[in-house]
Amino acid sequence: MTAEVNSYYPDYATETPKQFQFSPYADNGGSVVAIAGDDFVIIGADSRLSTGFAIYTRDQNKLFSLSKSTVLGCSGCWCDALTLTRILSARMQMYEQEHNKVMATPAVAQMLSTMLYYKRFFPYYVSNILAGLDTDGKGCVYSYDPIGHCEKATYKAGGSAGALLQPLLDNQIGLKNMQNVTPAPLTLEKALALLKDVFISAAERDIYTGDKVNINIITKDGIKEDTFELRKD
Amino acid sequence: MSSIGTGYDLSASQFSPDGRVFQVEYAVKAVENSGTVIALRGKDGVVFAVEKLVTSKLYEPGANRRIFTIDQHVGMGVCGLIADARQIVDIARREAANYKSQFGVKIPIKFLNDRVSMYMHAYTLYSAVRPYGCSVVLGSYDPEDGSSLYMIDPSGVSYGYYGCAIGKAKQSAKTEIEKLKLTNMNTKELVKEAARIIYLVHDELKDKNFELELSWVSKDTNGLHERVPEHVFLEAEKSAKQAMEADSDSDTEDM
Amino acid sequence: MFSNNIVENSYDPFQMYKKKPETASPFNFVERSKAPVTTGTSVVAVCFKNGVIIAGDTLGSYGSLARFRNCPRIIKVNDNIILGAGGDYGDFQYVKDLIEQKVIDEQCLDDGFSLKPKSLYCWLTRIMYNRRSKFDPFWNNFVVGGLQDGVPFLGTVDKLGTAYCDKIVCTGYGAYIAIPLLRDAFEKNPNPTEQEARDLVVKCMEVLFYRDARSFPKFQLAVITKEGVSIEGPLDIKQNWEVAYVTQN
Repeated sequence: MTAEVNSYYPDYATETPKQFQFSPYADNGGSVVAIAGDDFVIIGADSRLSTGFAIYTRDQNKLFSLSKSTVLGCSGCWCDALTLTRILSARMQMYEQEHNKVMATPAVAQMLSTMLYYKRFFPYYVSNILAGLDTDGKGCVYSYDPIGHCEKATYKAGGSAGALLQPLLDNQIGLKNMQNVTPAPLTLEKALALLKDVFISAAERDIYTGDKVNINIITKDGIKEDTFELRKD
Repeated sequence: MSSIGTGYDLSASQFSPDGRVFQVEYAVKAVENSGTVIALRGKDGVVFAVEKLVTSKLYEPGANRRIFTIDQHVGMGVCGLIADARQIVDIARREAANYKSQFGVKIPIKFLNDRVSMYMHAYTLYSAVRPYGCSVVLGSYDPEDGSSLYMIDPSGVSYGYYGCAIGKAKQSAKTEIEKLKLTNMNTKELVKEAARIIYLVHDELKDKNFELELSWVSKDTNGLHERVPEHVFLEAEKSAKQAMEADSDSDTEDM
Repeated sequence: MFSNNIVENSYDPFQMYKKKPETASPFNFVERSKAPVTTGTSVVAVCFKNGVIIAGDTLGSYGSLARFRNCPRIIKVNDNIILGAGGDYGDFQYVKDLIEQKVIDEQCLDDGFSLKPKSLYCWLTRIMYNRRSKFDPFWNNFVVGGLQDGVPFLGTVDKLGTAYCDKIVCTGYGAYIAIPLLRDAFEKNPNPTEQEARDLVVKCMEVLFYRDARSFPKFQLAVITKEGVSIEGPLDIKQNWEVAYVTQN
């Protein structure tokens, strides 16, 4: 309103006092990709933590292993991610002490959704992807929006390069928009190769993704960690 | 104690006809049942020594300490009900922290003593509460004001001292302290004397085991209240034991 | 708990423990999200083989005015932690008081343990995040350095509670000017000695002084190793303005 008046009546345009507004959020970038198979799930996140054109650190793990079969990948506002994961692991510990068993991945998935929605009007600005094995040992991936919408999937890309990578995964794993293809069960090798490929692609186009990928491979034998170098510019 | 049981001893909010507050006196009794605590104020610091009675061999050594650090420059030795005393310690720490947050400097021990003693005194005024069953000694060293030592008893009364003793053997401990030329002594000498006195006044017949606790705050510790270093402790303990032996030897000779 | 107002104006021993009555008035609004007032600029910190170095200049700026010339903002927390701060100097002093009381509380426990750098770092993330969540942030960047069980630790927390650890940490303009120099040096020599690290940091302070208009040629430099903490300073930044004559028209 004021701006309109000023532009229509330049004579009345004066320097108005500007108030510096404090923003409680920051965009620290980062991408997370998770792919589930029949008896495994892999999740990867790049290790670049940045703000604007500055890189805070090239070596920040964004994967939080919550149990032997559940891993959460977080990107977005890093201070919220830190807080969220800390409360999450405390809640999981409380669950374990109350029920004498480790929280199953679907239960974590539901709880995370509730925890995010609890902050509906001052959200955790985090893009979450939860990967794990369900109680039958089958790989599963859950993705969230910042206020707790939860969707189960078999593969998902999130974070700063999420929109860039999702269609690629749709095509390569979901076999979308392809003709004369026969769906075959996804192998771990194929999934890993794909995960590395998509991160290489993301690092080419997204300045908030790069440096290194941390990969967690979750099978019935536990979590295996792996890393993979990306371009650092 | 002619008025015992005449109904005036049930509340701290009523005097007896002869002008006493029995609850407070009973609290003092609680202190007198406790292991002896002495504090000596020398020319450059204060030394605390405690006879911590160990009533069971099953206790861990070093547990239930009776000397506390209130702020970096203030030590407190406590005597009486340990749970009551810990609350006083907590209050003193909060007062010290509060003073520092308001004025930005460490609390002068005179003010800390005032505040803690007023707090204890408040518990001698109301029917809903009982007085604290503990006495505390507060000591500190300041480069400008020198060393100072205060003792607060359950009534909330406090005095400054050169040397003080509370607990079971306070009488004999006081007699021993009075023999010392405290104002001329440094903390190194005081530690030895303090350890000796604790060993001397300990009654082996009534209380078998005890643990000696020693701490000091002095010029040599840069005004910080600390437990005495291990070698000093062992040396003081050793010479205390030797003094005891020499004492018992001379006793037998007399006979 | 009890009222003790028999004597007016006397010290009330319970005063500290009483809940303060809520004052309701039309003017009872809370001022939030204020901008920083007196500020410190960059903090430069690096890890070396067996310790950590943190440096920062001693200027307290009042906007563009170089207002206070002796504002130390690198402190020793205890024998295994050093702390550097940029941003609002008042907020820093407040947090410093909190930390110092925390260290005293720890000493009072008298259990032979002391605060470790990771614990302080984590605690700082929490107070910073809690204040940003109240829209009343501490306007600071903190850099925590120290030895965690003998291993060098270096981490930083900003006014939002954003926190990370790295071998190189710089805040303010240092993030844009010093970090590239340091990253380059660390790529060539990932494990510098104390002297090499110190030379690097001093060089960064020098470059920052030339380029950052809110900087100052006096700085503090804190080193922590297993031998203990030393905070040196104010040290002088050597400066050379010969080039000014060259550019003269």
